[in-house]
Amino acid sequence: MEHIRTPKGSINKGAQKPHAPPDFFMPVQVENVRLQDRFNTRKPAVGTLYLTATHLIFVDPNSKRETWVLHMHIDSVEKLPLTTVGSPLLIRCKTFQTVTFVIAKERECHDIFESLIMLSKPATITELYAFQYNPQATLLDHGDGWSYFSLENEFSRQGLPNNRWVHSPINKDYQICDTYPRTLFVPAGATTPILLGSSKFRSRGRLPVLSYYHKDNHATICRCSQPLSGFSARCLEDEQMLQAIMRANPNCNFMYVVDTRPKINAMVNKAAGKGYESTDFYSNIRFQFLGIENIHVMRNSLDKLIEVCDLKNPSVGDFLSGLENSSWLKHIKAIMDTSLFIAKAVLDEHASVLVHCSDGWDRTAQTCSLAGLFLDPYFRTLQGFQALIEKEWLDFGHKFTDRLGLTAVEEKEVSPVFTQFVECVWQLTQQFPCAFQFNETFLLTLHDHAYSCQFGTFLGNCQREREELSLSTKTYSLWGYMRKNMSDYVNPLYRRDHPVTKGVLFPNTAPQNFKFWRGMYNRYESGVHPRESVTDTVSAMKDHSASLEDHVRLLEKRIAGVKKLLGKDTTVLSPDQQAKGDSSPEAVDSSNAVPTEDGRSEDNVANAVSDASSESGIEDVQSPLNGDSASTEENEEKQDDKEDTLNSTHDLEEEAEGRDVPETNVKVENSPSGGAGDATDMSLNRLSLEMDSVALEWKAFRNIRQCSCETPLDAFNKKYHCWRCGDVFCTRCIDKQTAIPGHYSQRPVPVCRTCYKHLKLESSLS
Amino acid sequence: MEFVELIKTPKVDGVVLHRPLCPRIEGTLCVTGHHLILSSRQKNAEELWLLHSGVDSIEKKFVGSMGYLTVKCKDFRIIRLDIPGMEECLNIASSIEVLSSLDTITLTYPFFFRPMFDVIEDGWQAFPPETEFGRLSGEDWRISYVNKEYKVCPSYPSAVVVPKSIDDTTLAKSAAFRQGGRFPVLSYFHAANGTSILRSSQPLTGPNGRRCKSDEQLLNATLRPGKRGYIIDTRAPNVAANAKARGGGVEPEVHYPQWRRIHKPIERWNALQDSLVRLVEACQDPNSSMDKWLSKLEASNWLTHVKDILTTACLAAQCIDREGASVLVHGSEGIDTTLQVTSLTQIILNPDCRTVRGFEALVEREWLQAGHPFADRCAKSAHSTSKQKFEAPVFLLFLDCVLQVYQQFPCSFEFNEQFLVLLFEHSYASQFGTFLCNNESDRKKVKLQTKTVSLWSYVNSPEMLRTYLNPLYEPNNGVVWPSVAPQSLQLWSGLFLRWETNKSAEDAAWQEVIHIRHHNKELKSKVTKLRRQLEELQREARDANLLEE
Repeated sequence: MEHIRTPKGSINKGAQKPHAPPDFFMPVQVENVRLQDRFNTRKPAVGTLYLTATHLIFVDPNSKRETWVLHMHIDSVEKLPLTTVGSPLLIRCKTFQTVTFVIAKERECHDIFESLIMLSKPATITELYAFQYNPQATLLDHGDGWSYFSLENEFSRQGLPNNRWVHSPINKDYQICDTYPRTLFVPAGATTPILLGSSKFRSRGRLPVLSYYHKDNHATICRCSQPLSGFSARCLEDEQMLQAIMRANPNCNFMYVVDTRPKINAMVNKAAGKGYESTDFYSNIRFQFLGIENIHVMRNSLDKLIEVCDLKNPSVGDFLSGLENSSWLKHIKAIMDTSLFIAKAVLDEHASVLVHCSDGWDRTAQTCSLAGLFLDPYFRTLQGFQALIEKEWLDFGHKFTDRLGLTAVEEKEVSPVFTQFVECVWQLTQQFPCAFQFNETFLLTLHDHAYSCQFGTFLGNCQREREELSLSTKTYSLWGYMRKNMSDYVNPLYRRDHPVTKGVLFPNTAPQNFKFWRGMYNRYESGVHPRESVTDTVSAMKDHSASLEDHVRLLEKRIAGVKKLLGKDTTVLSPDQQAKGDSSPEAVDSSNAVPTEDGRSEDNVANAVSDASSESGIEDVQSPLNGDSASTEENEEKQDDKEDTLNSTHDLEEEAEGRDVPETNVKVENSPSGGAGDATDMSLNRLSLEMDSVALEWKAFRNIRQCSCETPLDAFNKKYHCWRCGDVFCTRCIDKQTAIPGHYSQRPVPVCRTCYKHLKLESSLS
Repeated sequence: MEFVELIKTPKVDGVVLHRPLCPRIEGTLCVTGHHLILSSRQKNAEELWLLHSGVDSIEKKFVGSMGYLTVKCKDFRIIRLDIPGMEECLNIASSIEVLSSLDTITLTYPFFFRPMFDVIEDGWQAFPPETEFGRLSGEDWRISYVNKEYKVCPSYPSAVVVPKSIDDTTLAKSAAFRQGGRFPVLSYFHAANGTSILRSSQPLTGPNGRRCKSDEQLLNATLRPGKRGYIIDTRAPNVAANAKARGGGVEPEVHYPQWRRIHKPIERWNALQDSLVRLVEACQDPNSSMDKWLSKLEASNWLTHVKDILTTACLAAQCIDREGASVLVHGSEGIDTTLQVTSLTQIILNPDCRTVRGFEALVEREWLQAGHPFADRCAKSAHSTSKQKFEAPVFLLFLDCVLQVYQQFPCSFEFNEQFLVLLFEHSYASQFGTFLCNNESDRKKVKLQTKTVSLWSYVNSPEMLRTYLNPLYEPNNGVVWPSVAPQSLQLWSGLFLRWETNKSAEDAAWQEVIHIRHHNKELKSKVTKLRRQLEELQREARDANLLEE
């Protein structure tokens, strides 16, 4: 079972080692099970169904195809009426996978049904998968990922604290709001009594605090919950709080208060003693309702959408009218419109915006994070996107446990709020293909793992709960896991310095620009997807170029070497000189790990230029950490943290650029000369070995139906190239990374098992 | 007729132009015999050059002495001109109205246009039927010139490909049995297994069940021994049955026992034009709600038509590739849906058709020479207010279907989306003669080949060609089976939302892809060069005993 993988290869890549099942659990194996396919009803796959402690696995011995269902992903299990071939079991997953197994014996079907019901919905949070998940130490370390982010560092990146916005210790021990983080940034003018008073006047104590500070014009986005205004109540401190927020922005003499709810919902809340800010009491505010529906409407909408996706052979009319009736895209558009309103207020009117809904943890999280994504390019990087989610979703208390339905919670609490956010980001990536460092796989993996409970990252409803659960010591972090597989998530078209997308993004929110996301909701219908992937093709091309560039450096070195032997003029610039010639100190620093950055030859100057500016792009992002005078003291205190962030920034970038393995740096440091180019033993054997070790052509993905291990390679399996032979393999067969002789940098690159053996043999011979 | 008579106000100053996705410009508006030109007469300022024939409709509005002209173009663009002076505005409007719908073909712009580029290869001579069919067909086929004078079938070209064993007399008899004389001819020969696609019009079975032995003989001659064929009728069974009353009909099984008939209805004529009008209207309303947009998109039925055509083409391709059976495709006249199906089937089956030249040859063969009446079908586009009988976006639907396949196989086509948009534009209004007239016979009469320039001359010039190449292209020799699930079909935003949505971010992405591809290519050749150099040096060093084994 060691090599069994789920489709898309994401869920249990880190779980390849079987887990010790809990004592009470006996693995079950059922033979002669049929897997029904919605589109291919004639020939159902027949195979064996395994029920393990964590997964339901179906193996079809004929096609070698495996279907994996993680128990935690199961949304519902349904026993359908008995048929002539057996009892069908319909399983629907939160990842929009739907499978029907037909089990010959009713008894066995019932047993599996009972087990799945029990396994998919643990009663308490500590029974979740994350607390048992235990990957091989080489794959993932316990501490990896838990310290990549801190709210202080993020605000420090935004240029805070300064004389307008300060860090307040008021919630240090979750005294005034247990669903907020310990760290809060508030206007400098807001005194403790104001904060306390405002907090008391807000639902669940969620007072207005800073979410995003727009350095360029001092406008801010703040977030809170609804005021406890009822029909006429007012609170002086809360009014002062809003005034303080407004005054912290010197460029605008009013501020927006955005209530993301439809007006009618807000009115209803008045009767319950809640409601919204009255412009009679709050001076200089512009109040705006923006009409995003509540979690219950969204849940129903998704149910309808799923029905549409499940239709058998729908006509275009059925599909489009189903899509319309589900209202799903209408809601997506409402979220985008609202976020755009906020971002435009900040950018065009230089106005600060206070955003709330009811409790301020669903719609507010969606819109604040999207507005941030529109305004700040940093949030569109892999690292920045993590920061955005940590900040707006985890720190500010989006109730992940409840909304995702991780434990046996009330159905009414479950809602696809996070799914909608992920989709909005996807819609953006469709409109701005070069603006995001991450790709669709990244978004899908993130969404999968929010539900998988394999990692502790998304467990709990707020930071306080997460601390109480000691997640960072008892579970693994998704961010750590993702960093190990970064190359899978990089958008090959991303360019930090791109003129069209380096700044603010204002998407077009006309309804015609929203697409149905088949990659999410019909992900498991292999038939409906494009047969050739632009992203994969371009990614492979980029990787291949990186390999060739590295090879060119070595060839040039060798040519110079042989010429020297022959007593000829060495006209080819040696790679070392080149590296010194065209790169900044940072580039030299990272040259070992990122040869693509500096191994430029003269004929792609344009490229080198773009990369140089991309380096400076990183600088830009980091500069507030170093430069802001108003915060020097703060900075000094946080020197250590900063060091960490910087390091992790760098690691992330490196891993994003090239295919990384943990030991990159170690290996390079250990190798005596820092590169094959410096090795002096030039022999004919050595030279031909070097030339043979870099594939000049990489096989196209097209027409590759299976890996050498006979695993079928279809739309669901990510395919990888071996950098030595250029053939295509499945992820299991390309698990080795090693330096190849033809590369100057000698950094480890992915090779297939056959090539790995070859290389080991060759190096032992020489 | 002189153009001067039609242009009462040739020039107005101080006109303001509003264009989608562009800043407004103010300048002088000029009306010439073929163009509407607006220039601010400032350096580097963009000018408007609008072909009169590209105008679909024009609306006038007056406020005080200001006239506001809304010009709706056949490429779905809507521009507005603010013209000072009511009389000037009226004159200009009436000039455009008349000049945009000239009846005399020889007065249209293609007859006046002289290329600003060097014609390296004359597009008119690029795809002669002899070499094209020579490339396509096997030994059992021949080129017949039975239609040399366009008498046997007015809408067929002079050269058609037919089974070798059938003589011209039999062809003529079969022609008499088919509507418009469109007897079954070869459309595509699948070299892999020797099967073929034929196309024709409906047989004139009529209410009395006429039969024609020559027609049966002709069809059977295309079958391989012992094999059955499929007749794909693009009409619904009841429509086909009703056609009998009006002299048309279907091939009855008794007389064509070796053929199995399948009905795959595809919409035609008014329904398509109506569909286009609704779709374009829906696309041009950016402020509509999501519900309204989706319901309008659905009501337009456009994607349903796309799905129907794709489905039928897939069926034909399956018959050929999977069943090894030949296929005859026809609807009623055999000049619309028939051509959609036969050409799209070739896109699916034949890798050649997915190259630029191959696609041009396909358009030339299956649309221009096959007699799709472009002049009738593309006379007016989505904004037209005049009631016209013959317009239908048949060719546009075909292009949309190609785009759908392209989106599912983004690495299998040599050309890019822009190429398809270009063909759409030129099929409706063009400075080139390629899409003028309804068939080869008409084209000969007005001497298009000598009097006008071919679109292919322009597109195939190296500098233009470069802009229409797909950077992801890797030749794919296989059959490309598209998905026709509604989830897989997408609105062609590059065409229908072209004037609504700023595409600069998308264009930038393509530039990036081109750059990455180019860089990769360069590196490959560089490595090859360096390796060769190193090998030579090595040899030299070994001979000089400077290098060890």
